[in-house]
Amino acid sequence: MTERTIIQGAMTDQAARTEFHPRWYRKRLSTWWWLGEWHYLTFILRELSSIAVAWFVVLTLFQLRALLNGPETYARFSSRLQSPLLIAMNAIAFCFVVFHTITWFDAAPRAMPVRMRGKRVPEYMVAAPNYALWVVISAFVAWLLLRTP
Amino acid sequence: MADKIVLEIARYAPDRDTEPSFQKFEVPLRKEWVVLDALNYIKDKVDGSLTYRWSCRMGVCGSCGMMVNGEPKLTCATFLTKYGNGATVRIEPLRYFPVIRDLVTALSDFLVKLQKVKPWLIHPNQPPLSAGEFLQTPEQLDLYKQFSMCINCTLCYAACPVVGLDQDFVGPAALALAQRYNLDNRDEGAAERLATLAHPDGIWGCTFVGECTRVCPKHVDPAGAIQQYKLTAALDWVTSLVLPRGHKDANQGAAHD
Repeated sequence: MTERTIIQGAMTDQAARTEFHPRWYRKRLSTWWWLGEWHYLTFILRELSSIAVAWFVVLTLFQLRALLNGPETYARFSSRLQSPLLIAMNAIAFCFVVFHTITWFDAAPRAMPVRMRGKRVPEYMVAAPNYALWVVISAFVAWLLLRTP
Repeated sequence: MADKIVLEIARYAPDRDTEPSFQKFEVPLRKEWVVLDALNYIKDKVDGSLTYRWSCRMGVCGSCGMMVNGEPKLTCATFLTKYGNGATVRIEPLRYFPVIRDLVTALSDFLVKLQKVKPWLIHPNQPPLSAGEFLQTPEQLDLYKQFSMCINCTLCYAACPVVGLDQDFVGPAALALAQRYNLDNRDEGAAERLATLAHPDGIWGCTFVGECTRVCPKHVDPAGAIQQYKLTAALDWVTSLVLPRGHKDANQGAAHD
């Protein structure tokens, strides 16, 4: 018992985690831990993609406000959207949103195991309807935007 | 000329070194050899001081987990031929764990966390033995069976960046094992586990990197277990807001209906 007390008293908080190994090596994690490994990098990109999602939400809110303020304001808003900087930003944000959607749909089956007749439904059966709905809604929106008036 | 492979092994002696260094060993490359066979060859023929854990050499005991070329692997299930003739393979102790010596990590912290989630059947109203065995349907077994395959090899801890960043995070295997018991219809301990699990150091510490599931040699899917429990805990919280008095523990409901 006395030995244990000495070990704990002489050590930092970390070492106090064990009574049996007074000396060990613990590597510190670098701030750039996510750069070294492809899987970690895709994770960080997935997390960052939420900024792109937020960006589109804010943009849509501004678009709605311009729409409410009359045709002149809306025309000004539309012309501003055509600036090369905003086109580039939106293109990047779009790529991120697509990435976000795909990774989200692929993650869905793991978070929500669907059971039918006591058996777990295969993962693609949960992901597939999401993709199908995505395609249908996208096609509908494309039709709305591209049809000749 | 016989085939060879070079193992670059992390060495650390606590009484001598301040940090680990790498030592190269050339070993014969045999078709049927896994990384663990090469380590045993080195210990037998080259350097008896090389220290590492192993036991069953058949993917059951979970002792021989190490970083092989930066990937958490069971060394008894990682064939050398995968890396090719003349290749250099880097062997390190499992990442994020404190190193005791060479390739041996300290597991005491993991064992404390494992105990915290009470990974055993909590069954206060157990019927007497004379009442016979507790029968379970295949469907009831199927609910938790996947999570019960865990062998505590801690590869998932070495894969999880949250474990590396936050020492208090309970971690993938322990959370998956908690869910294994929560989903068992014989268990009544979900309410007891709730405080540890639905906590910033529990499931809410998980950012769903998903690496734990990718490296798991037993296909336990800890990431899935944690996300499922997040849903249960969130629903439980919403229910407690909407029905503060009549609310029943959602966990218990899920496991017993």
